[in-house]
Amino acid sequence: MIPVIEVENVNKHYGDFHALKHIDMSVNKGEVVVVIGPSGSGKSTLCRSINRLETITDGEIRIDGKVLPKEGKALAKLRADVGMVFQSFNLFAHKTILENVTIGPMKVKKVSRSEAETDARRLLDRVGVGHQAEKYPAQLSGGQQQRVAIARSLAMKPKAMLFDEPTSALDPEMINEVLDVMVELAKEGMTMVVVTHEMGFARKAADRVIFMSDGEIVEEAEPDEFFTNPQTARAQDFLSKLITN
Amino acid sequence: MGVITDNLDIWIPALLGTLRIFFFGLIIALVLGFIVGAMRVSPVPIARVMGSAYVNFVRNTPLTLMFFIFAFAVPPLIGYNNREVLGILAIGLYTATYVAETVRSGINTVPVGQAEAARAVGMSFGQVMTHIVLPQAGRSVIPPMMSVIIAFLKNTTVAAGFSIINLGMMRSYMSERGENMMVVLLWVAAIFVVLVFILGAIQNFLEKKLKVAR
Repeated sequence: MIPVIEVENVNKHYGDFHALKHIDMSVNKGEVVVVIGPSGSGKSTLCRSINRLETITDGEIRIDGKVLPKEGKALAKLRADVGMVFQSFNLFAHKTILENVTIGPMKVKKVSRSEAETDARRLLDRVGVGHQAEKYPAQLSGGQQQRVAIARSLAMKPKAMLFDEPTSALDPEMINEVLDVMVELAKEGMTMVVVTHEMGFARKAADRVIFMSDGEIVEEAEPDEFFTNPQTARAQDFLSKLITN
Repeated sequence: MGVITDNLDIWIPALLGTLRIFFFGLIIALVLGFIVGAMRVSPVPIARVMGSAYVNFVRNTPLTLMFFIFAFAVPPLIGYNNREVLGILAIGLYTATYVAETVRSGINTVPVGQAEAARAVGMSFGQVMTHIVLPQAGRSVIPPMMSVIIAFLKNTTVAAGFSIINLGMMRSYMSERGENMMVVLLWVAAIFVVLVFILGAIQNFLEKKLKVAR
């Protein structure tokens, strides 16, 4: 087992608020880890800390064995190896769909335009939006935008992908088109950390579920085990609310 | 029209003087202003401190004082005394602070997710700024930026007090030649109205061109 992401005794404070409490986790190559928990439990903060969009107070995070640098070129280089998909898509609003996917490889990896475009079109076809390549993000539906965002991350050929509630901002009928792409990625062996409320995805694609509450990892188990037989009262309480909804 | 046609030997150098101060001063103000504005949102603390120190020191200083400094205090220090060049420096450095603040306010209108996505792709701070944030900030920045530029164009007349030839000196020149002051000043006003009108047209053009759909 080769760990791609290692989080060791990480704490995060926002002023007096202790957002992450002594978090330890590691994600092995090819593993899909789903992080669930009530809102405010710190799961998004954890996800964003892994590529240092959030700073941490103390502890250590390693990507592929390398400690996450504080700032500068080394950090940028490490981030290029970790894809990130956001709740609000965050496609570059002034760039076409094609440019959204090519800009990373061209500017960060100095790949030639023709090579970047060939690769981008292949990825856009793969996520089912190839025919939209010349449009701007605002002209696409949320589901399409999120699939472009996934293609944009894949274009960097990342070692791991982080998904921060990728379907939470989507209309219900668009959720599955995004989840299908993610399931596909999981099957192909991508290392993934997915913060989500989609239990169906967790059951279908996850190797492991991490349940967070109040900034702590409360429970960690295989999906079937976690959903049918949660060990802690907090997890039982959270799952019972989901089912009654 | 006689005021103009009889005195073209002065009107033309004065207009060219104003345009030179405006053009070169604007280059200094825009380049430096963008750099300082970006410094103020940089992840490097020392850059932020230097950026805000510059803005707060220079912007809190009267423009005439900047001219006094560059016209009288700087020449002995550097052994260089071209009034026009020094005047352009004075007004360029002064206007850069307003440009910087306008740029910064424009940067703040770009949703933070845009910069986060760019950073997540692995772009450096400079790349995030030049490829993602500033192009999008441009659209919302144009109206306030054009106000800064218009105020700057009119501020160039302050140079008249420091023997730098420009339209602001027309009154004294024309008075020596016995022209009617009201007529002269109305002509100066008319020229500024036309120049500002041209800037307004450029503004409209840029606003349309840089439109970003959200």
